[in-house]
Order: sequence, then C-alpha cells, then structure tokens
Amino acid sequence: MNSFLPSLPTIVALVKIGLLVGGLMTAAAYLVLVERWMAAWVQDRKGPNRVGIPLTKIRLFGLGQPLADGLKIIMKEDFTPRHVDKVLYTAAPLVILAASLAIFAAIPFGSSLPPIPALGLTGEEPLLVAPGLDVGVLWVFALSSIAVYGVLLGGWASNNKYGFLGGLRSSAQLVAYEIPLGLGLLGIVLAAGSLKLDAIMNAQASSGVWYAFAQPLGFVVFFVASFAEAARLPFDLPEAEQELVGGYHTEYSGIKLLLFLVAEFLHMVTAAFLIVIMFLGGWHFWGLTGSGEVGTWTVALLRFAVLSAKIFAVILFFMLVRWSWPRFRFDQLMNLAWKVMLPLGLLNLVTVAAIEEFRPWLTATFGTGGATAAAIAVPWIVFFVGWIVSGVLTPSGTDNTPIRTRGPLDAEHALGAGRREELVEA
Amino acid sequence: MKPNDPAITWLEEKPLGLAERLYLPLFVQGLAITARHLVSPKVTVSFPEQRPNVGNPLIYRGVHRLNRDAEGRVKCVACFLCATACPAHCIDIVATESPWPDREKYPESFQIDELRCIFCGMCEEACPVDAIELTSLLDLTGKSREEMIFDKEKLLSVFDMTKDAEPMKSAAMGGTL
Repeated sequence: MNSFLPSLPTIVALVKIGLLVGGLMTAAAYLVLVERWMAAWVQDRKGPNRVGIPLTKIRLFGLGQPLADGLKIIMKEDFTPRHVDKVLYTAAPLVILAASLAIFAAIPFGSSLPPIPALGLTGEEPLLVAPGLDVGVLWVFALSSIAVYGVLLGGWASNNKYGFLGGLRSSAQLVAYEIPLGLGLLGIVLAAGSLKLDAIMNAQASSGVWYAFAQPLGFVVFFVASFAEAARLPFDLPEAEQELVGGYHTEYSGIKLLLFLVAEFLHMVTAAFLIVIMFLGGWHFWGLTGSGEVGTWTVALLRFAVLSAKIFAVILFFMLVRWSWPRFRFDQLMNLAWKVMLPLGLLNLVTVAAIEEFRPWLTATFGTGGATAAAIAVPWIVFFVGWIVSGVLTPSGTDNTPIRTRGPLDAEHALGAGRREELVEA
Repeated sequence: MKPNDPAITWLEEKPLGLAERLYLPLFVQGLAITARHLVSPKVTVSFPEQRPNVGNPLIYRGVHRLNRDAEGRVKCVACFLCATACPAHCIDIVATESPWPDREKYPESFQIDELRCIFCGMCEEACPVDAIELTSLLDLTGKSREEMIFDKEKLLSVFDMTKDAEPMKSAAMGGTL
C-alpha cells in the first residue's frame, strides 16, 4: 500500500514546484502593477491606485489591479482569426510559457532550509527544484533559447506581416545576443568552476567578492545582453509598437495574449535572477547572511530576503531603464551585439582565463591578499581600456548623424548645376 | 525656399566626442532625468475627491445657467438670438407675451439639451441682455437622456446654486443688469 504513495523527495519537489510557480505567477501579476506605477511616476502621474478589495470601497493603493486586469483579459473572447495556422497559433503561447517556467527548475530561489526532522528531512534542503542538476546553467540557456521558438511560432502562425517581422527581428536579435550572454556566463563558470547556480553563489559568498567586482566587463556585457534577451527597452524591437503594432503577438487576444505577456515578464524575472545569482552575490551580503551552512531558520529566511530584495532592485532598474533611453535602431542593435559586445565578451573571457591560469603563481609570489587584489585590479583596468577602445573604434553607423553624400548646398537635383553657379555668384 | 537661400543657416551636428562614444553622458542623463521625475510632485488630480482647478471661471465654459434680475425674475427676453447662434441647435425656446411692463416677451419654456451642446459659448456671446451664461461646473452627469434636457426651472436653479461663487459676469463686466 505504501508503494502507491509518492516518496518524500517527490513530495518535497512538488511542494517546491507549487511554491515557485505560485510565487512566480503572483510576482508576474504584481510586476505588471509595479511597471505601471513606475511608468506613471516617471511621467509625473500617480498610476493605478483605485482598485482595492472587490465590492468594498477599500482601495489599498490599487493593489487589486492585477486581479482586475487578469479577470478582464480572461473574460475576453478567445478569438482565433481565420487566416492563422491554427495548430501553431495555439502552440506558440504554450511553448513560450512552458519554457519560461521550466527555466526555474535549475534556478535557486534562496540558499537552503535547515533540517526539519519532524517531516523526515534530516539534511539541509536546498531551495531549488532540481538540486542535483549538474548542467544548471546550460539548462537555463537551452530553455531560454526554446522560448525563442514561441516567439517565432507566434509570428509565423499569425500569417500577418507585422507578426512575421516581429518574429524575424526577434530571432535575429536573440541569436545575436545569446553569444555575448554566453561569453559573460563563461567567465563566471571559469571563475567558479561549476555550472550549478547554487555553487556559483556559494563561491561568491565564501570569497566575499561578488563577480560584478571581479569581472566588471563580463557584468556589463551580460547585463546589456540580458536586456536584449528579455526584449526590454531599449532593445524591444520584436514588439516595437510604433513600427510593428504588437510584433509577434499582434494577432493574439484574450488568454493567449495573457500567456505571452506573462512569459515576457518571466523572461525579465529570469534575467534578474541570473544577474543577481551570477554577478551580484545571490543571497550573500557582507556581515549579514554568513557564507557557510545555513544552520538556523533566521539565516535561511534572511538569505531568502536578501536574494529577493536584490532581484526586486534589478527589476526596478529594468523598469527605470525602460523610460530612460530611446529604442535602438535595428542596425545599431546588431552593431552593438557583433562589433562591441562580442569582442568585449571575448576580452573578458581571456582576462578571466589568464587570471585563473596565473592565480597559483600570483599567490606564490604576492601572497593570497596580493593575488586577490591583482585578480580584481587587472579586470578593472581591462574594463576601462576595453570600453574606451571599443568606444573609439565603434563604427560610426551606431551614431545617429545622417550620412550625407552631398553637402547641404549641393542641390543640383533641385536647381540644375549651371543655375546653381549663377545663384552662388549672384 | 531654395537650399541656398541666405535666410537658411545650415547647422551640422557636432561629431561625437569620446564621452558620447562611450555612451556615458547619455546613460547618466537618461537615468538622472527619470530618477528625478520618479520622486517629483505628481500632476494628477484625483478627480472625485479632489476638484480640478478651473483657472478663470469667467472664461470657463461649463453647464449653462439662466440669470435672474434684481427682482428675481428671469432676465431672458426670448429674443431667440442664442438659439439662432447655437451651432448644435440645442436651445429650444417658447416665447410668450411678457407679464411685466419692461419687456415685450419672455420665455414660457427654455430648454437646453446638454447632451447636444458643444459648450462653444456662442449663446453667451449672442445674448443681448446677458441672461444666459456658462458656469464653471464641469462634472455634468445624468442617468437618462431626458434628465439631461435642462428646462427653465433647472437652469434658474443652476443660477441660484452658483450665483454666490460666480457673480454674474455681466455685473463684473459692466453689462446690463
């Protein structure tokens, strides 16, 4: 009889999945509200502040808004236009949402919990759905690439030129920015010596040096690339409203559109998770969270709080950036990816590899402190030199100066060559 | 205008300096502006709780009113100038012989369809005796179309309601009383 019951690890995993999916869906709903607030505040408005508890007059600063928005979009007609490819049209939002949710199997959402003997958990329980997954980072990148298929399918199945263009742009952009993203990641993997995200966090916690300080170039490259991967402004070309109506989700409405929008927010949350875990120390904060085993519930909760606060701060920055800089033109976007971010990412990778290679020699020559100082100083020097060189050498196509093939007075097409000479002489 | 017209000053964009090429000034400027606006005072007026500031009520064009003279009678002389001027044809007047010696006619009924009105203020300008005026009442609502057709009594009651806050424009502007 007992064999029909799920085993303890299964139950634990199911509970974790439930918490994570529930938390993520709620977070995505409330991030829409936060995004609207930020948008309003930046534009000197107050933002949504009316909807509170339904059927009462209690407003709660508009915290009921996500519920109202969700209900409204779910109650809408689930309309399928006649000209679409029905199978792919239905599959696209499912693919993109499933992929963006499955990513979180390998992403730790805290440090770990202390043992709970009452439930039969004798060891520390890591806050991670798939704790034994050795290819954690690869899983994350593989699934975020699958999410591209959702966008492409949506654009293709819509049978609509705006949707199609959005899908094409999206594929070009995401392929281009996977590379700097991967290069930024490779530096981290080299330094931490593991593909597990929790091991990467532990490495930062034990040394106390977050990789953002040790690898500034990698941080910048990864940060910019993750903006592009999440298709956030200033890189939101796949759905540039002014040019493409809605991009790949032009033809979608109702619940399917909701799935697309939720997946988009989950991409942003994933990007924030990765930035925090890989570059900003994860749950580590100096003098607050310790760096070894969890031990007590206080430490466990504190680490969870620190991680959440960092992720929220990064998401707020994402939202602030949206209103700070204009969208790049598509050729500028591609120039930035291939001619700036790719070389900078390679430079970072070479620097990190060289430092890791010579670290034993540095330690032997200058002692541990000297080696750490050198391992931080050299990447910063490389960072500034690399940035300045790339700025000077950047092809002029990335600036907005119009390319003049003739001077402003060379208006032969308007006046005729001889006529112009007369006018200039007169 | 020709491209070599002497009145045209051709400006060339300055080439980008090192700082601009590094994207730094743009980065700082953009973030500083948005961060400043994030915390700056908001311009939104939370309407039902908070009344918007209408500026000068003398030139605001809200709900109409029919003014009363010093004896409390309607000032209107039923000359139809407002109804003629009205581009939306929303004023309907039935004139009858006046019971008072100082005028020949007065409006037996005076109706304005507030739903048809475009609040252009032409009636106010046309009126020779300054009887019809637009107040600064801006939240005009009703539950039915019939309710939104204001008759003489209602228009006079608008006057009674607003006369303290907004004295007759005619008096302030030296019009006929």
